[in-house]
Amino acid sequence: MEMLYQQVILDLSRKPHGFGLQDGAAAESHQVNPTCGDEITLQVHLEPGTDRISAVRWEGHGCAISQASASLFADLAPGLTREDLGSRIELFRTAMRSKGTIEPDEDLLGDAVALGGVSKYSARVKCAMLAWVAGEDALAQAPA
Amino acid sequence: MLTLPRTIAAMSATAPALQAGPLSDPEIQAIRRDFPILASSVNGHPLVYLDSGATSQKPTGVLDTEREFYERRNSAVHRGAHTLAALATEEFEDARGAVARFIGAGDDEVVWTSNATEALNLVAYAMGNATLGRGGEASARFRLGAGDEIVVTEMEHHANLLPWQELAARTGATLRYIPIADDGTLRMDVAAETINSRTRVLAFTHVSNVLGVINPVADLVALGHAVGALVVLDACQSAPHLGLDVAALDVDFAAFSGHKMLGPTGVGVLYGKRELLNALPPFLVGGSMITTVTMETAEYLPAPQRFEAGTQRVAQAIGLAAAIHYLDVVGLARIAEHEASLGAMLVEGLSLIPGIRVLGPGIGQPRVGLASFDVAGVHSHDVGQFLDDRGIAVRVGHHCAQPLHRRFGVTSTTRASAYLYTTRDEVAEFLDGVVAATEFFGVNS
Ligand SMILES: Cc1ncc(COP(=O)(O)O)c(C=O)c1O
Repeated sequence: MEMLYQQVILDLSRKPHGFGLQDGAAAESHQVNPTCGDEITLQVHLEPGTDRISAVRWEGHGCAISQASASLFADLAPGLTREDLGSRIELFRTAMRSKGTIEPDEDLLGDAVALGGVSKYSARVKCAMLAWVAGEDALAQAPA
Repeated sequence: MLTLPRTIAAMSATAPALQAGPLSDPEIQAIRRDFPILASSVNGHPLVYLDSGATSQKPTGVLDTEREFYERRNSAVHRGAHTLAALATEEFEDARGAVARFIGAGDDEVVWTSNATEALNLVAYAMGNATLGRGGEASARFRLGAGDEIVVTEMEHHANLLPWQELAARTGATLRYIPIADDGTLRMDVAAETINSRTRVLAFTHVSNVLGVINPVADLVALGHAVGALVVLDACQSAPHLGLDVAALDVDFAAFSGHKMLGPTGVGVLYGKRELLNALPPFLVGGSMITTVTMETAEYLPAPQRFEAGTQRVAQAIGLAAAIHYLDVVGLARIAEHEASLGAMLVEGLSLIPGIRVLGPGIGQPRVGLASFDVAGVHSHDVGQFLDDRGIAVRVGHHCAQPLHRRFGVTSTTRASAYLYTTRDEVAEFLDGVVAATEFFGVNS
């Protein structure tokens, strides 16, 4: 249990980061996990005139893993270019789908490595991915 | 031939105690020995299976019946004259008879389907076909149009909501619903007005798969029949746990699934009153359900064959008959009594835990052996994951009843559901697990 629910995950699920939508987003994505009804609306904000992310903001409800994952995504994104963030989402997805065989890379994913334990629980991978899929979708929509 | 399940058979031979009152602990232990899966371990703990509301486990008698059929008599039914085909057909029809006796119906009033979902869709689609003019004059009473109303309840499983939503959309009829009161019962005061002269179909569940509440079928049937509506009963959570007497209840149609009552997956039942089934145009069409076919038209067999197109689920049907035999040997009345006591233990135990809200009937109110609950500040998936780590299997999510959950202001709940093989020790272990989960996730911190 403690491998799956590391303290940082429990803490973030109670005190989320980046919670609350704000005007001026470059793009927004709404995602639903149909098996449990968990939902998220996630915004990507860009530094004006650049392709660098200034902030990720989100609102939603769901399990501790999906909520903590959204906070960890919001912590990771600021300062990265769109392309960089896109490749880190891909890295995170690969680790999540690895059934516990690939440890997420702390240099590239920061505190989100705390979600590494989720990849052994196939039923919960979707929970961890929800915010990241929303982020990917928002990046794809944001005007170049 | 159905054989008596081994340990239950031994019990009934040696202990004539299998008669009345709730199941005794030795009886439950004997029952458990008939279910191989209950001896297994999950995550290093003995399995505590509290998800029978989703699907029940199967006794060896059912598993053996299916295997024996495939090993010795497997062949297609109602299609062929060789010896095995005749044996298989006989057994298939005997199984139908067993279901018919179990629910107080005539043999020809029992239609095999894949599950309850297909049974409910069958009625709705057949009515849609009647609306399109299929089935001639006989089917006129099933035609719907603008101004007609279909009434369901706010507590329906999606399987007994969406077929009616779709039928209303296809025919121009209006879908209305009976709301739920705070204690999980139906607002019968509202029902008396919602069900009116425009009501053509009244479809509702006998027992809620989320609330555990037992609906007043007789009162609803009376309201429906008083205005000439067809009454459709979702018996998924009643047939396995309380039994079902369609004749006494006087419902027009009823649906349930074999897999929730110790039977195999892939087989369900639609009951319909004889004259209604024979007036209803078919839903699925194809082989084995016709008398004469030309390139232009076809004539259909009477019920039940008119609704059984294609190669049938023979092994599953006879497996379901074996399951019903098992339930009969133990006795539905005793099973219901055992489960009512577990339901009371669940609601009492959960209500004592801070931060927990049980949906549905409160302590002392009638409920079957299940309870769904919300843990303040903790998502059901996290509760379920925590319990799973201890080998405790529960259901999490919306249990295919989103409008019901919305009504109670939650998106999901955790549900524990019992059956005849569930022990009080298991319920106690589950309650301990829930307490530990609330501590782990810091509900009170
Ligand atoms: C009340 C109720 N109705 C309908 C169904 C649908 O049953 P099935 O999925 O076997 O068709 C279920 C079970 O999931 C149920 O609990």
